[in-house]
Amino acid sequence: MSDARITVEKLDKQFGARWALRGVTFNVAPGEIVALVGPNGAGKTTLLRIIATLTRANAGRIAIGGAPLAQHADAVRAAIGFVGHQTFMYDDLTAEENLRFYARLYDLPSVSERVREVAQRVGVANRLDDVTRTLSRGLQQRLTLARLLLHEPAVLLLDEPYTGLDKIAADMLDQILLQAKREGRAVLFSTHDLERGLAICDRAIIMKAGRVVHDLPHSEWKNLAGFMEIYAGVLA
Amino acid sequence: MRFLRQVIAIIQKDLAAELRTKENLSAMVVFALLVLVIFNFAFELQGVDITAIGSGVLWVAFTFSGILGLGRSFAAEKDKGSLEGVLLSPVDRGAIFLGKAASNFIFISVMEAVTLPLFAVLNNIAPPWFPLIPYIVLGTIGFAAVGTLLSAIAASTKMREVMLPILLFPVSVPLLMAGVNLTKGALQGRTFADVANWFNILLAYDVVFVVVAFWVFEYVVEE
Repeated sequence: MSDARITVEKLDKQFGARWALRGVTFNVAPGEIVALVGPNGAGKTTLLRIIATLTRANAGRIAIGGAPLAQHADAVRAAIGFVGHQTFMYDDLTAEENLRFYARLYDLPSVSERVREVAQRVGVANRLDDVTRTLSRGLQQRLTLARLLLHEPAVLLLDEPYTGLDKIAADMLDQILLQAKREGRAVLFSTHDLERGLAICDRAIIMKAGRVVHDLPHSEWKNLAGFMEIYAGVLA
Repeated sequence: MRFLRQVIAIIQKDLAAELRTKENLSAMVVFALLVLVIFNFAFELQGVDITAIGSGVLWVAFTFSGILGLGRSFAAEKDKGSLEGVLLSPVDRGAIFLGKAASNFIFISVMEAVTLPLFAVLNNIAPPWFPLIPYIVLGTIGFAAVGTLLSAIAASTKMREVMLPILLFPVSVPLLMAGVNLTKGALQGRTFADVANWFNILLAYDVVFVVVAFWVFEYVVEE
């Protein structure tokens, strides 16, 4: 799947009587970084989980690279890398065993080389033999980023990726996302760290109560203060 | 081949995690041994013929300690969201089921391999390893398959430790009846013809439940 475009059309999701998403529609083009922002309960995590195939929508359509998720779930999964609130790592395995396991699930060739490569890139190469439970929260988050990059996904979905990262690791994540942009990958991430998130994104989608209330290209706000003015108006 | 590689990856992951901690296996083995010892005291007091009821004792030990292992099977996957990590990857859900079921089969078999000789020693009998072992293996296949499926269901509930036995025991009744009667037949030296009906029931149970669990697993693990 070479085309990394994310297409979301009229997406609805209901949990019991509560609407988590109502008519959410947007696109992310290849080589574009889009930030999802909004207050708690706005539907950001639900939206990312639905695109990542972890949760099913009640209605609407999602396509990755033109392939509808409903009909091509496996192809979509192969094209997606997702970082969620949890690490998805096995505590009792070493960092290397975890990465090797996921590399094998993605049926990657040259597993050892690829594991070394991504571990090097996120700065955990010297901790590969450590049992995951002994790694700090920040190192586990780095390991999660290594898992994200393992299969070189065309689409990167990240839910609060800066959580638990120190400044050096957060800067490294910025570089990873900017590199993905240069390589033509589509990046969609949610964040409450507006200063950092807005600095690297091309567009910001503001969500509230399950709806997209603003879809703003970077040109529409001059600086963080300008964005905060718009954002405060939405939250009011 | 890709399917098989993914099944093997899941089995090796489970074995590597268990070999590092040995938490699951040690709990299963100790529990099975405790059951044997307790039953051994109880039956000696009553002077009961062990070849008549020993099969029941064995299968109580197998199933109760097996449930300990099965309960952890998906609980461990849920703790850090690892199952979601697996579900995110382009893996056939059937491969996940087969991998987990095979791991559970191996763990239960190891527990049985320790329990069975101790049962023989405690009761001073020389069990006929053939056909006893094939009967137990056949029973374990069905138990691991159904247990894996129901463990995945129970892991999604708040009371997963309680839910698994409540779900598993009723579904396992035909398997346990067949397993107990086949084991009893073996301990009493009866011919295969005498227990062929139970063997067929156990075989049919295995085929039906492995196939059904394989197909419905996708709906169980996906929201």
